[in-house]
Amino acid sequence: MPTFIRLAQSEEGEGAFSLAEDPFTNVTDDEALPPGDVIVSLTRFQADGEALLSEGRKVGVRVASGEEVEALAYDLPQIAVVALEFPKYRDGRAYTSARLLSDRLNFKGEVRAVGDVLRMQAGFMVRCGFNAFEPADGSTVEDWERATQRFRHVYQRSSDGRPAAYAERGE
Amino acid sequence: MYRYDTIDKQMLADRSAEFREQVSRRLAGDITEDQFKMLRLMNGLYLQLHAYMLRVAIPYGSLNPTQLRKLAWIARTYDKGYGHFTTRQNLQFHWIKLADTPDILDHLASVDMHAIQTSGNCIRNITADPYAGATAEEIDDPRVWAEAMRQWSTLHPEFSFLPRKFKIAITAAPKDRTAAKVHDVGLVVRRARDGQMGFEVMVGGGMGRTPYIGPTIREFLPANRLFSYLEAILRVYNRHGRRDNSYKARIKILVAALGREEFTRQVEAEWEKVGPNTAEGGVDLPDTELARIRGAFAPMTFDALPAVSERYERAKAADPAFARFVRNNIKPHKKAGYGIVEISLKTVGETPGDASAEQMDAVADLAERYGQDDIRVTHEQNLVLPHVRLDDIPAVFARLQATGLASANINLISDIIACPGLDYCALANARSISVAQHIAGRFADAERAERVGELKIKISGCINACGHHHVGHIGILGVDKKGEEFYQLTLGGSGAEDAAVGTALGPALPYDKVVDAVDTLVETYLRERQDGERFLDTFRRTGVAPFKEAVYADVH
Repeated sequence: MPTFIRLAQSEEGEGAFSLAEDPFTNVTDDEALPPGDVIVSLTRFQADGEALLSEGRKVGVRVASGEEVEALAYDLPQIAVVALEFPKYRDGRAYTSARLLSDRLNFKGEVRAVGDVLRMQAGFMVRCGFNAFEPADGSTVEDWERATQRFRHVYQRSSDGRPAAYAERGE
Repeated sequence: MYRYDTIDKQMLADRSAEFREQVSRRLAGDITEDQFKMLRLMNGLYLQLHAYMLRVAIPYGSLNPTQLRKLAWIARTYDKGYGHFTTRQNLQFHWIKLADTPDILDHLASVDMHAIQTSGNCIRNITADPYAGATAEEIDDPRVWAEAMRQWSTLHPEFSFLPRKFKIAITAAPKDRTAAKVHDVGLVVRRARDGQMGFEVMVGGGMGRTPYIGPTIREFLPANRLFSYLEAILRVYNRHGRRDNSYKARIKILVAALGREEFTRQVEAEWEKVGPNTAEGGVDLPDTELARIRGAFAPMTFDALPAVSERYERAKAADPAFARFVRNNIKPHKKAGYGIVEISLKTVGETPGDASAEQMDAVADLAERYGQDDIRVTHEQNLVLPHVRLDDIPAVFARLQATGLASANINLISDIIACPGLDYCALANARSISVAQHIAGRFADAERAERVGELKIKISGCINACGHHHVGHIGILGVDKKGEEFYQLTLGGSGAEDAAVGTALGPALPYDKVVDAVDTLVETYLRERQDGERFLDTFRRTGVAPFKEAVYADVH
């Protein structure tokens, strides 16, 4: 079974990275649906979503960087995973999508980074609300821990709830 | 001046440690040059024609003497003894060895400096009026807002992989010394009739292949809503800016494609959702933090001095060179008995914007001794001592003369902006620096230059327009014609409050005809001008015809 890196938030707000086996099968639009939990494209979900959800399996939706996550707004409570695509690491649209999922659409499930996912992006991704990662550069759980613990402070309020520098100063 | 606290210092230390690790992975061969490229480009490290170039951020163009001395020391220790001040108020070292860069970043961090976000498709160094805190014209000190934006933009999680780079300039004076209207976002501090402070927000100005003057999308943004509004602009841009063609990826293209009204509507709609009373509120800085930053820029202690300094007046009367320096390089200060001293980095024969380590040390000394420890970099690639007593200006002038920095040419024809051009840059089609040097040489006669008056020449070695040619009163653009350097001239551009994109003069000219053409343009202006007109004013009145006729009559 393929693996991915998961970030779990403890009740104290501490994040813990771990390597997890991936129960989901990533299905392209021209593939037949296998049994079990699946991640399908937004297009396929919009066509077959209701049927898929009624089959009692977990469903994830893959959103391309040019697609708007708002399209999923009413389905989010039933969706287990939103996989946001990075066609290239330089394409930063998924950061906004992740923030909207967590801050505006109040999505509580898994927000997974897929595609050209590199450890150099780790800190930005975690701050924007991603909590699952499929690294494309062979980076390990330890690499992601190091990368996200690199900075002792942050300057902005974002989706991870870390206090910004101005809040630390105000304490 | 803002002093970095523990948090600011730890941010730099952490960044520096991260980069050291990245460089060691590269040097050990653990990562390829391609993989390293994206890492170094987040730290202002470019690979140029001959060596690595390191671009050091100078937030809002503000330096203290310790910082400037450190830059001088780095120039001496790791470079060839000089640095190049840029049009974004930064400093570039052009001859850097990769293995030295981690140490250089540590040395920079030791004086609260860094190279964060001086490259890459992120929010770049925030630039501001170099006369901030010194000019009587300003409504507020723009550095307060620039510093707050520096912090907000540093490692911004959502906006570090934008379609393209993103540049913000801020001024609080009606006379724009920041080229705000040709920035991705230009902010002008305004006061409403009821006294409330806010910003005029201009978006989508820019140069490059398709120059635009940024339209105003909001006449008045309440000051305490700045950050939520910026995030709304950036979010619209991050989602909808083009990513298929890097030449069409700047926000100006999006604003032009949607039109000002539609772009504004999208920004305002997004802004409403992140408003202070929504679940997503809280992006704006709390007043306590703004007050803390404002406190760091509290007005300096100025002595009560008479408006007229006898020593200054006597020196003017006795020394025509000093009188000329005063006429061109000294600007009015808000306090009686003080002046703003502009130090030209456009000495005839030198590279525009370059300063040697010795010159940097000398300016640091002057700032310490006479200038309240304050030094600024202008977007026109000069330096400023913003607070000098008139009494002390003769002594400052003498020291500047001794170190080759006393050129009395601010805003005159030899005060040229030029990009590094083909001498350094891999993108360039043609040389810029030597064109600037030849023009400056032709107008070396200071009296003639003063007779010509304000005339801003800006030279770019390629269409990327780093030398701002579009907004030059005379703009010069290097183009490649079958392997030969040619230059396209434009007239009537301006990057100031009367911003405009220049009009093409005619067919491009070969390298050896450019200086003659500029000379002809100047002579045509002198012939055509009516009382008090600047070159730009005359051009705007007459149009391109008399200039075109004169230049091409000469050429053919």
